[in-house]
Parts: sequence; structure tokens; C-alpha cells
Amino acid sequence: MLKTFKLGGIHPEEIKLSSDQPIDVLPVPKKVFIPVSQNLGAPSKVLVKKGDIVKAGQLIAKGEAFISSNLHSSVSGTVMKVDKVIDTSGYKREAIVIDVDGDEWDNTIDRSEQIKRDCPLSAKEIIEKLKEMGIVGLGGATFPSHVKLMVPDGKKADLLIINGVECEPYLTSDHRVMMEKGEEIMIGTTILMKGLGVKKAIIGIENNKKDAITYLTDLADKFEGTKVQTLKVKYPQGGEKQLIKALTNREVPSGKLPIEVGCVVNNVGTALAVYEAVQKNKPLFERVVTVTGKSVNKPANFLVRVGTPISELIDQAGGLPQDTGKIISGGPMMGKALVSLDTPVVKGTSGILLMTDRESKRVVVQTCIRCGKCITVCPMGLEPYLLSNLIQHEELEDAEKEGIMDCMECGSCQYTCPSGRPLLDYIRVGKNRVGQMIRNRGKK
Amino acid sequence: MILPTISGSPHVHGEQSIQKIMFGVVIALVPAFFVSIYFFGFDALKLVVVSIAACLLFEYLIQKYLIKGVVTINDGSAVVTGLLLAFNVPSNLPVWIMIVGAFVAIGIAKMSYGGIGKNIFNPALVGRVFLLLSFPVQMTSWPVAKPLFAEKLTDAITGPTPLGILKEGLDEGRTISELTSELPTYVTELLGQHGGSLGEVSAIALLLGAFYLFYRRIISWHIPATYLGTVVVFSGILWLINPGIYINPLFHLVTGGMMLGVFFMATDMVSSPMSAKGMLVFGFGAGLITMLIRVWGAYPEGVSFAILIMNAFTPLINKGFKPKRFGEILKT
Repeated sequence: MLKTFKLGGIHPEEIKLSSDQPIDVLPVPKKVFIPVSQNLGAPSKVLVKKGDIVKAGQLIAKGEAFISSNLHSSVSGTVMKVDKVIDTSGYKREAIVIDVDGDEWDNTIDRSEQIKRDCPLSAKEIIEKLKEMGIVGLGGATFPSHVKLMVPDGKKADLLIINGVECEPYLTSDHRVMMEKGEEIMIGTTILMKGLGVKKAIIGIENNKKDAITYLTDLADKFEGTKVQTLKVKYPQGGEKQLIKALTNREVPSGKLPIEVGCVVNNVGTALAVYEAVQKNKPLFERVVTVTGKSVNKPANFLVRVGTPISELIDQAGGLPQDTGKIISGGPMMGKALVSLDTPVVKGTSGILLMTDRESKRVVVQTCIRCGKCITVCPMGLEPYLLSNLIQHEELEDAEKEGIMDCMECGSCQYTCPSGRPLLDYIRVGKNRVGQMIRNRGKK
Repeated sequence: MILPTISGSPHVHGEQSIQKIMFGVVIALVPAFFVSIYFFGFDALKLVVVSIAACLLFEYLIQKYLIKGVVTINDGSAVVTGLLLAFNVPSNLPVWIMIVGAFVAIGIAKMSYGGIGKNIFNPALVGRVFLLLSFPVQMTSWPVAKPLFAEKLTDAITGPTPLGILKEGLDEGRTISELTSELPTYVTELLGQHGGSLGEVSAIALLLGAFYLFYRRIISWHIPATYLGTVVVFSGILWLINPGIYINPLFHLVTGGMMLGVFFMATDMVSSPMSAKGMLVFGFGAGLITMLIRVWGAYPEGVSFAILIMNAFTPLINKGFKPKRFGEILKT
């Protein structure tokens, strides 16, 4: 029996159209739009102004708050302006617009293909390096990686978990990174282990990526303390708490972080970025993005500079299909619907999914028949039907008691609901309002 | 594409729907329906058709002319109610009584609460119990089951159900061993050649349907397992104490409305609890009440009453038995 988490979970159709497509380097675009807020936490402070000449890898915005991160130019060229640009959130946010000229990289970056295995840096220096290079979690939450490695007083980490689950349907960027950058991931893993001060690391991969499991299992033999664990395919296993549960049977308490049970989780893509930052002195300014969808001509995995408009990616994948109804950043379960084709790729963009007109329509909403399927599938053990009812009636206090803040918005409830109820819509609104209520309470 | 659709995640749906669930239940009842036609002939077919048609009609009329709202008779729930109601009556029931039952089931038990999803009690069972209390004679005269095309073996038109034979015999002070000769064998009970409501007689056909429900994941094991488990344990203990006056558990499992009730009515989504823990409690309670009625109650059969009583507890069970939360901090 393969390991997995116990509570809830669903099996959406996988539809991994691009798992055999090698990573393709996307040509550098003519213009990039680099949003200033690309990490969880405070936005970075802009260091450049109109007319400045920048190189790829040059620091252009600085993370000053504790939870914030540095931002580097992804191209060489001239800063045109700092403007408001529609980003993944659908709102206009501050972004640095750069006109591209050639492709000159900062000369401290080691661009050779050679793999560098030994890392002479101390734990403290590693953390400092990750901060300098603007490394954030590439799984989607974009939590600054250096902060993750700073274990709070009184807590102790004993296990690093590398997340190679990629449980979202369609997405294949992590899969391809594992297949093509396996050794780099393993070295990145050992660097993270050192930075965290742990002797053990487990790489969790779902059983639908057998080639990656075989490949990384062989590699892991050469790296002390690391091992690969095959997991049963089940959504949302890539959720931090679910992955920890599946691998270690430890349960992160409600409202707490993984460090509470001695674990730190990083994505495989992050492990690669860590390798490049520490061993190659390369800041995080490009990443692998899957472009996919049933009508997409050539589903693909591209290595993309941060700030590239998604239209460039779509063009390279065979153009925007006629029947496109919805553009999603991320996977179909947790991704965000985008409002514009000019939306720039950011550090947290794992994929662009184009859904057809037909697929974009929601099913007709019917009355709740109290089947309880939403409870059965909820990986957090919540009662989504109840939460959505409470929010409809503005019973915020009760919703808090029923654990609404534990919801990670995986969408399993809404996916499963036979009445097609927009459960997560209500819960999302509810989380906002309950969160606000809790913050106000603190002020009094 | 002119403007992209904007909506919150998830962007895909599992394609399960009320219609698919309801018609899944209908498919699961088909084997029992065929057995019913085989043993009770045209009467069974007639009552099933009338019951379904009446349920659909009443739902349509009420939604269209009283509520003046959306008509949802296509969702299949009225078909299921009609089918189950017909399965719960003797095959010689006059058609007009069948229609009264359908009116009570749909009009009172379902629509007056607000329609699908809102009712507290299982509509088909409310209809059935209403008929049982209002028309006790018609509702307890059981036609003898005789295979289609078989020659007439006896002149008897109606006869008692196995549970009826048992209850009456025990009340007269006779023992189980004395009654055994009058009871049908287990094989005929499993197949369905004995007196009873038109859809409940064949345990085998109903089990077949139950497997289909499990396969399609329309029902979960929680309610059936605890329901049947409680019945077996309860009747088993009594049987071990005194087999002279308490019959064995197998008899309880294959007779009366047990199979139909356990798999098709106790598991009704709308009127049963929502969490796994709640379902276990519900199954246990229903099993217990069924046995109390069967062994010591006035009626020979207690499945319908037991389920209805537990339906009434469902809102409380939902409140009291919550799922275990992930990472729940235990209060110390």
C-alpha cells in the first residue's frame, strides 16, 4: 500500500498533456513587466527609476520587511517606467517595466553547464544567500525561502520535505524539472538540509510520475540522508499539511506552521532555484511554466523570464485557441482565472491553463441534498456545506468555531458537490471576513 | 474569445449530479422490480407506474401552481420516491389508495418542507406509514407470491408475511420450532417467494442493487453496516438466550423490509446524517428500534418506523457528531 494522507481527498482526472515535452527555452520578450509584489508578505521596495540600464540578475527591488524578498531584473535593457499593471490577482499593481535590449547577464552569475556539488557555505551564509537571491517557494504560495529556514526559538526541525507531488491536474512543470534537473534538485536539497540543520530529507512524488521516481531514487542513493517516497495519487497531496501527514503521519495543529511538528516543506522547483542561487550565484528570475489545455495546439513546458506576458507563452504553444473561454494561472483546482493576456509571469506561476468555452461554464446550482460528500472529501475535516450556509447568513463567529480558517481552498468540496453549489466561493468570502473580524479583535 | 470568464477556483467539476444519483438509485431498484413483476404480475407493474406518475404529477402541480417556482421534476427525486413508495405496499392495493399515498409522500413529506433537500423525513416512508395507519386492512393483506406463468397451486389469494406468521404464532404462545413448518425456507425468502410488500420480497435482488449503489459510490457503508450489525447482534443475543421464542438473526435479515429499508431508505441522503460518525449512530439507532418493534412491539415489522424515528434525530446527530478535524487541538 502506497502512502497517502487519510482524511478526505479526491481523484480529479489528471490530463497531464505535457509530461513528455522537454523544457523549452522561451525567447526573451521585447518588454517585461515585473510586479513588485511577487512573494507572500510585504512588497519589495523599488530601487530603479526610469532610464536606468539594467542587466539580467541585477537587483531592482529590495525586500525590507521580515517576510519579503529581493527582486532582480530578468532581462537586460532600460527601465521604461514603474507603472500599474494588471497582475495575477486581476488588480492593477505596481510593476517595473523594462524594454529589452540583448541579453546581458550580471557577470557574477556562473552560466556554465557544469554541475557544482560541494557547498562550502555555513547554514547562516546559505540563508543570507537565499535572501540575497530572492528565492521564494515556487509551489505557488511564494513564501520567502530564507524565512522558512530560520527556525523560531524553541522549535526544532528534524526533517526536510521536498514536494514533488504536483497533484494539480494538467501541470507538469515540476515533473519536467525533476526529469531534467534531477542532480541540481538533489544538490539544492542538501543545501537546504544544511541551511536548516537537519540530517534527513524525503522527496515525495506521486505514483503517476514513475519515471521521475525511478530517476530521483537512483540519484538519492548518492546523497546521504535523502530518499524518495512514492505516494498514492490523491488530490490535494501537494498541500503542505497533507504531504507531511502522508510522509510522516505527523499532524500540523490547526493554525500552526509545519515547523510545529519539526518539518519544513519546499517544492522541487525551489530546490533547483536554491542550487542555482547558492552554487551558481544566480538570482531567481526565470522559472519553468507549463502551457496547457485541451484545445492548445502544442502543450509545452517553457523556461520563462519573470515578467514575460503570458501571451508570448501562448503564442509559442501554438497560439490562443479559438474556443478559449478561460485563462487560468496555475491548475484547474486552485488556479486563478486571469483577466488579461498581458498578465506577466511571476515567480509563483506554475502553469497557464486555457480552458475551452464549454469547460469554462459552471454547472447549474441546485439545492443542497445533504449528501455529505463535501464532508467526506474535505482534507481538513471541515463541513463545507455548513460553512457556506453560515457565511450566507453572516454568522461569522460560528464559522470561526467551525474552523473556516483551517480551509486551504483546495476546492475538493465544490468539485464533488452533486448540486453544483459554489461552496468555496462562500468560504473564500467567509475567510476574508472572519480574518478581518479576528484582526479587529486584536486591536481592541 | 471576446472576454475571458472570471470565476473562483475550482475550475473543474466532478460531474456528479442530483440526476445521476437519483437515476443511479432507480437502476439499482430494477432487479427488485423485475422480481416483483415475476411474483406479483401485472399488479406490481400497475402500482409502480401509478405511484411514479402520481408523485411526478403532484410535485409538478405544487411547484407550478402553489409555490409558483421552478419545476424540478426532472431531477429524478420524485421518481425515486414513487418507486420506493410502490415497493412498500402490497401488490393488491387499490389504485386510489396508492395515489393518496403519493400525495402524502410528495405533498406533505416533501413539498411542504420546501422540496428536495429540505424534508426531514423520508417521503416514501411517510407515505407508507400514513397508508398503514389509515388503511390498515388494505395495507396488510398480502397477495401470495406466485411465479409468473406458474399454475395455480392453491386457491388462497392472500396470506401472511413471514414476520406476521412469527408474531402471531409467538403471541399465541407457540415456539419457534412449532412455527418453522409454516415459515418459508431461507432460499425462498432470499429469492422472494413469500408474502410482503411488492418490492421488498427478494433479498437477493435488493442486495444486487445495493452492490450497484456501493459501486457507484451513491451510498457509503456506514449506515448499512451498523444497521445490519445492530440487528444481528441484538437478535443474536436473544436467540442464544432462548432459541425457543427468539428466532435467529438470519431470519431477521432476509424478511420484511430489512434489505429495502437498510440499503435504499435509511441511506437516503436528505434525511440521514452527513458525517461518517453521525451515520454510524444513525444506523445503530435504526437497527435497535427495528428490533425493539419486531420483538416486543405491536407491529410485526419495524423498519419504516425505525428509520422515520431516526430521521427525526438527524438534525441533532448532525450537530452532535462532527467529523474529526485535521490538526484539531485537543482541549486539555
